[in-house]
Amino acid sequence: MIKFVLMVNRQGQTRLSRYYQPVELSRRAALEADVVRCCLTRKKDQCSFVEYKDFKLVYRQYAALYIVVGVTDTENELSIYELVHNFVEVLDKYFSRVSELDIMFNLDRVHIILDEMIQNGHIVETNKSRILAPLTALDKMADG
Amino acid sequence: MALKIVKGSIDRMFDKNLQDLVRGIRNHKEDEAKYISTCIDEIKQELKQDNIAVKANAVCKLTYLQMLGYDVSWAAFNIVEVMSSSKFTYKRIGYLAASQCFHESTDVIMLTTNQIRKDLSSPNQYDTGVALTGLSCFVTPDLARDLANDIMTLVSHGDCVKRKRCSVLIMYKVFLKYPESLRPAFPRLKEKLEDPDPGVQSAAVNVICELARRNPKNYLSLAPLFFKLMTSSTNNWVLIKIIKLFGALTPLEPRLGKKLIEPLTNLIHSTSAMSLLYECVNTVIAGQYCSSVGSVVLCVQKLRILIEDSDQNLKYLGLLAMSKILKTHPKSVQSHKDLILQCLDDKDESIRLRALDLLYGMVSKKNLMEIVKKLMLHVDKAEGTTYRDELLTKIIDICSQSNYQYITNFEWSVSQPVTPHPPGISVSWWTIRVFAVAQMATLLDNAHLLTGSMQRNGICEVLYAAAWICGEFSEHLENPLQTLEAMLRPKVATLPGHIQAVYVQNAAKLFATVLKSQEGNTDSTTAQETSQLMIDRLPLFVQSANLEVQERASCILQLVKYIQKLQQKDVEVAEEVIALFAGELNPVAPKAQKKVPVPEGLDLDAWINEPPSESESEDEQPKAIFAKEEPKHSRPRHTEVDEKELARRREARKQEQANNPFYIKASPSSQKVYQDAPGVEHIPVVQIDLSVPLKVPGLPMSDQYVKLEEERRQKERAEKKKKEKKKRKEKRSGRGKKHDSGPESEEDITPAHMVDIVTEEMPENALPSDDDDKDPNDPHKILSLHFFGPFQVVVSVIFENKCDSFLKSMEFNVLDSLNSKLQRPEGSGPHDGLTVPFQLPPGVSNEARFVFTVQSIVMPQKLKGTLTFIVKDSSTHEKLDFKLHFTCTSYLITTPCYSDAFAKLLESGDLKGSSVRLEGVNMPFHHLLARICFHHHFSVVERIDSCASMYSRSIQGHHVCLLVKTSGQTVSIDAKCDEPTLLGNVLDEIKQTFSQC
Repeated sequence: MIKFVLMVNRQGQTRLSRYYQPVELSRRAALEADVVRCCLTRKKDQCSFVEYKDFKLVYRQYAALYIVVGVTDTENELSIYELVHNFVEVLDKYFSRVSELDIMFNLDRVHIILDEMIQNGHIVETNKSRILAPLTALDKMADG
Repeated sequence: MALKIVKGSIDRMFDKNLQDLVRGIRNHKEDEAKYISTCIDEIKQELKQDNIAVKANAVCKLTYLQMLGYDVSWAAFNIVEVMSSSKFTYKRIGYLAASQCFHESTDVIMLTTNQIRKDLSSPNQYDTGVALTGLSCFVTPDLARDLANDIMTLVSHGDCVKRKRCSVLIMYKVFLKYPESLRPAFPRLKEKLEDPDPGVQSAAVNVICELARRNPKNYLSLAPLFFKLMTSSTNNWVLIKIIKLFGALTPLEPRLGKKLIEPLTNLIHSTSAMSLLYECVNTVIAGQYCSSVGSVVLCVQKLRILIEDSDQNLKYLGLLAMSKILKTHPKSVQSHKDLILQCLDDKDESIRLRALDLLYGMVSKKNLMEIVKKLMLHVDKAEGTTYRDELLTKIIDICSQSNYQYITNFEWSVSQPVTPHPPGISVSWWTIRVFAVAQMATLLDNAHLLTGSMQRNGICEVLYAAAWICGEFSEHLENPLQTLEAMLRPKVATLPGHIQAVYVQNAAKLFATVLKSQEGNTDSTTAQETSQLMIDRLPLFVQSANLEVQERASCILQLVKYIQKLQQKDVEVAEEVIALFAGELNPVAPKAQKKVPVPEGLDLDAWINEPPSESESEDEQPKAIFAKEEPKHSRPRHTEVDEKELARRREARKQEQANNPFYIKASPSSQKVYQDAPGVEHIPVVQIDLSVPLKVPGLPMSDQYVKLEEERRQKERAEKKKKEKKKRKEKRSGRGKKHDSGPESEEDITPAHMVDIVTEEMPENALPSDDDDKDPNDPHKILSLHFFGPFQVVVSVIFENKCDSFLKSMEFNVLDSLNSKLQRPEGSGPHDGLTVPFQLPPGVSNEARFVFTVQSIVMPQKLKGTLTFIVKDSSTHEKLDFKLHFTCTSYLITTPCYSDAFAKLLESGDLKGSSVRLEGVNMPFHHLLARICFHHHFSVVERIDSCASMYSRSIQGHHVCLLVKTSGQTVSIDAKCDEPTLLGNVLDEIKQTFSQC
């Protein structure tokens, strides 16, 4: 099961956070900082899985942006690794060449995409056009 | 007034939106906190306005701030306001904010119940969508309880695929918070596994996987369905989940493993997705499949490919999985030693650590020296302290594994410069002591080299052991004085405290040895010089900050000073000093201390002196001299966790378990279905429903398996039939009306005609799965979950016409009870009788079967019934009353059980006990046992003299264990069962059996 999805930049600033298991607000900041530090210190030639406390981190780096997913021990690391890429591909398709700024300025939209893909900490949808369908409908609604 | 409104709307034009906020934060890098606090003030102003658009904008900004770590719980009510907006664009923002900010203790959640319900049933699918998404994040037990029904409705009737998908997933959260909902919802969830939409299907798979992972045994019956999915699904994410689920199920059902191995190996061979391959390999390793060596070899081969891959991720996972194989099949991994040693050179630290882990398990007598040599090379090269530390720890672990069993050459191991052997090694190996002592002395001599270069990575620990060895076995030292000198060097004071303490103590031991040798030479000056050396050097340690060093040093210092005085008087002291350290230290097991009995009268918890008050004891806290210290509450001491507290915690834990949906305890049959029997064949297994055709192309193995299973069943059925016939014959030829099933059924009714109703109550063939075989459309097949559905019981009734008239139009009717109901054809009322499908000429008997549904098998049932028929000659309607007696015994199935499994069952503590005494039983013990076996379907597990253990199992899998003892005419039966009601009733029935003889 997925515990959380984080997007952080190289400076350690959180750009998106979604928790699928309740974590107190006060502990979120500490957790995020620690997780980010864990991933930032790793070099490019190191593998993308980190054993962190009692769970695992799967991360992927895209330019200056890191996407870190916390998963329970039972989750398949590779499938999450692929999911992260899938997520980025969807973002790329929607924002056409997504950048950090896109994510910051359209946080709510990114959340919609994420919610389409992951619910309750489980992968539910991986088909790009199906993921984007509600968002496109929403945009049409807003335009019209 | 109008002006004010206009002014307000103009102001609003300049309101910041989210983009402005983000930009602003970026532009105020220096005083971000200040900027954000002004923003929050603005947001508070905006929230006070009536305009919902403004509010939504404010809430949107708050969501961003919350992500940055600011507490926005004060705006919870405003979030609810925005949530209840009728416009979707605002509602969406509200729900997003709620899902990020709300948690179980947010009190305004109560207010949302109705709003969420409204949104769930909204005709707009997007409203439903956001409501479900939000709900999944902040669902509370109250919400779960109140909304469970609405969600279930969505699951079954949702016309939109997306809605269905979301609601299936949210069911999981609802189950977590409100476990009672699991039972009624389960059939629907199961239906969704076969939903045409892949999204819904995968959602259902996810939910069931998650449920099954925690409590797999309840989901065994779904195995065939999942098997079908596994062979048909093409979505790798879903496949991974299913394979994971099987991984959880196989430990409970070994046959499943055999069946799965084929498709799994096929997948391993065919898939191009590494994640799927990895999952398959993992499951094969973890499961019980390892009986087939072929599959393990295949896995290892595949893993080798992963490890050889240039992708670091694959390499890492390959090693991770390899270490799992190592536990069960060390041999197959050992052949890849070269590859794993290569991984030690990898750039990635986590890969190197994984490889190290593997090496640890691969060591054997043969390759130990080689591996350690390689590792030593790596220690030299290693950069980064954590990795180096890990390397060293591993080397030590490897060497000391299982009490040094692999070390064939101890001299070699001692000569390894960095291996800080625990003193144990030298104590236990007499033969090498001399050698070891010499080595250690050199080590101590060169200690400055070590301390200088390696202190940072804990190498100095070795000195701890070396000092001890030299002190304890000082008689083997070549030059004790030199070693003593080395131990008292000022540099020693830079070592960690615990090492210094050992140094000081052992210096004293050495001192004694040195004295002895010097006094022997009658050269008193050298002896005095040695004492002087001690007196010169020890004060350094007396000043140590470490308490233990300080104490030992000052003790020894005083001792040496005293010795010096004596020496000056020319008194020989060496013997006495040696006596201080006399006695050999034998190796002591780590657990030995625990086993020392506490002497009588010694209360370790009692205070020797009254405990000092808390404020005094806290020395570390600098006391304020002028301020009066406030009295502090005494800290709760550890020992005060008393019995009451423990009981309370236990209670709380139980409570927690009861609320946990994965413990489906309260149901009558959530029993341990499986015993921990040693072998596959020994296990009485609940039938897996195989009526679903398993159309798997190219799977001869599983097909064969199905066939075998069917053959076995047919055989069983045939045997049963034979048995039944025999039984019946016995009865008819026997004592006429009397039979064990319903002794009262005719006695209290005077029959008008000689129609003998033999109620043969479904002894063996009442297996629910058999029923399923007969009728694939049976609605209960969906419920074939053993813990949910009511049971079907087939009752065969033999009608024998003992009169001279022809009987026709027989109608069989039973008054249903709450628990047991006669199954009537659809469309007929609950009180209608069933037509018996034959007529009876005089003297003929025939059998008819009736199906009953039984809710619970733990209680015996007596059903009153009537048989109406027409006597052909007189054309009169006649009626015959009877009673059907469903004894609890009849739900028991004779199941063999082996004594070790039996013992385990009793040990498990899940069973509740009860006992019964039978007086005046006058029959040999083996007759008595035979009687219990025959009438009550038990089997004897073990018999020793006049004592026997017996076992049986109910069709719902309750275990019933008996311990029968006899002495004279008294028989005592101690019984245990996981269902006390069932047990009580079975015992009553046994009692009755014996009261009749």
